[in-house]
Amino acid sequence: MSEKVGGRLSLGFRPAQVVFLALLAVVAIGAIVGGGEFLTLETVVGIQQRSAALGIVAVGQTLAILAGSLDLSVAVLISLTSLVAAEIMQTGDVAGGIAAALAVSAVVGLVNGVVITKLKVHAFIATLGMTLVIKGVLDHLYDGPAGRVPDSFQHLGYDRIGPIPVSAMLWACVALACWFVLTRTRMGYQVYAVGGDVEVARLSGVRTDRVVIVTHVLCSLCAGIAGLLLASRLGAGAPTVGTDGGYDLESIAAVVLGGTALAGGKGGVGGTVGGVLLLAVLDSLFNLLEVDSFFKDVVRGVVIVAAVVIYVRRRKS
Amino acid sequence: MKYAIFVVLALLLAAIAVANPFILEPAGFLAFVKRAAPLVILAAGQYFVIVSGEFDLSVGSLVTVEVVVAARLIDGNEAATWPVLALLIALGLLVGLVNGVVTALLRVPSFITTLGMMLILSGAVFLWTGGAPRGALSQSFRVFGRDTLWAVLITLAVGAAAVLLTRATYGRTLIATGDNERAAALSGVRVARARILAFVISGLAAAIAGIMLGGFAGVSAQVGQGLEFSAITAVVLGGVALGGGRGSVVAAMGGALTLEAMFTLLNLYGISGALEYTVQGVIIVAAVAAGAVQLPRLFITPRKGDAHAS
Repeated sequence: MSEKVGGRLSLGFRPAQVVFLALLAVVAIGAIVGGGEFLTLETVVGIQQRSAALGIVAVGQTLAILAGSLDLSVAVLISLTSLVAAEIMQTGDVAGGIAAALAVSAVVGLVNGVVITKLKVHAFIATLGMTLVIKGVLDHLYDGPAGRVPDSFQHLGYDRIGPIPVSAMLWACVALACWFVLTRTRMGYQVYAVGGDVEVARLSGVRTDRVVIVTHVLCSLCAGIAGLLLASRLGAGAPTVGTDGGYDLESIAAVVLGGTALAGGKGGVGGTVGGVLLLAVLDSLFNLLEVDSFFKDVVRGVVIVAAVVIYVRRRKS
Repeated sequence: MKYAIFVVLALLLAAIAVANPFILEPAGFLAFVKRAAPLVILAAGQYFVIVSGEFDLSVGSLVTVEVVVAARLIDGNEAATWPVLALLIALGLLVGLVNGVVTALLRVPSFITTLGMMLILSGAVFLWTGGAPRGALSQSFRVFGRDTLWAVLITLAVGAAAVLLTRATYGRTLIATGDNERAAALSGVRVARARILAFVISGLAAAIAGIMLGGFAGVSAQVGQGLEFSAITAVVLGGVALGGGRGSVVAAMGGALTLEAMFTLLNLYGISGALEYTVQGVIIVAAVAAGAVQLPRLFITPRKGDAHAS
């Protein structure tokens, strides 16, 4: 019990520190093994580019998981929003495309949240059902990439200012916004309360259903932003861009790797950012060493489980 | 109420019979059971894990691994069939054991344990075969999933074993574990051991399902794809609560048959291909919602430790 009282302030930060230490260690290994090849501008930019989309989704997923829920529908939602945006932008209306993509994601998040809280369907089943619904619609309407994104919108995916890509800045903005909501607003405290113990939160006067619904809307909005980012990279929308990237399970893995408890109530956005970066740095280290891509999956699986083993030990001590 | 899923199943089968009376004939019905067999077996295994309060997301990739390993090791050689079958069963048990130990003893949430296992298994097997399945299955291997009699017999045997297990002391301690872990531990249940055994059963079920799917569907890298979600959905459709502590294994297997009947029906009525997913998603959520909203009203006594229907 002692870990819950004030645990968020002292012990709760530890996993996030662990993940950044691991990140430093991997970078150091990369620098030693790869020498000058690893710490080039190209690799650093590449790491940021690769992790931006997953990072944005994972930040949203952090909110849902902190509130004691989870969202398996982010991957298909990314595909859906990339298509919605590209189809509308084809007519030249960039702002309209962005607005429509975000509106669609907000609606999906709202439905997820309402089904979970009002119909009392377990989040796993509710968002799995949403995945099937969206997947059916996508498969029915599209065979392949569709729509076109104007060149002006492609700046989002490819431009960079100095060593920092615009997409990484977008990720940083999303992460900062969520960090602010979680740590500086009443809503944030309510998210932790609901994730810690729904019943206690409800008895303390928190409107628990509303908190869960809002986190799902925010989580889906993040997926929508990631969909926009991927559309700008591809120059079009694609019906499988989200599922091919494995954003559903990968984002959950990144959140947990960042030290957020899957049961909710403990953790934060900082750890998630570290978790995503760790996965991306590992990835580019493997690329440098020309490791087989299937071996990468094996290591990724081991790293995720091993990280959680460490966090569980630390929480107990 | 406990077996409400069989009413739904009967209705679906009746609806299928209207369009295609073949299913009412023994041959037609047995063919349906054969098609459903792997999912029924996976659902039976998944039931034990879910009722103990955990998830097993690794069964889909375990099925793929079983099929790919079998094809490479047998490579068309009839004599290799039985040794390889034994190896496949052992592999399933081993994967389940690792899942169980990491979850129950190292206290990693099973969602993460089995997600990691999923990555490890699919990565390892294609690392071994170089990216694509190689080799071929022998005829005597394929008979288990392809031959209707074998498939039905295996399904019945697995079903009977599962029912016996749930009726035994083990089944009750497992439900107690899923319902309230602390209370179970305090009353003398060896919680960790019960959970580990549940994962081992799920691994064994995945091995059997893999052997049958290899015969039924043939060798491919996608053979097990998404099966973990189908199995969990089937179990939940059968009224088993995610989070553990409530539900029957017979209803879980009924859920798998219902899911298969739903696929058949959607195909028959021409909602094939893409929109099938959409209909499936809506039905699953609606079915679970109906169960969740009604249950508290029917059973007046609130159940402690059940976060989903309270």
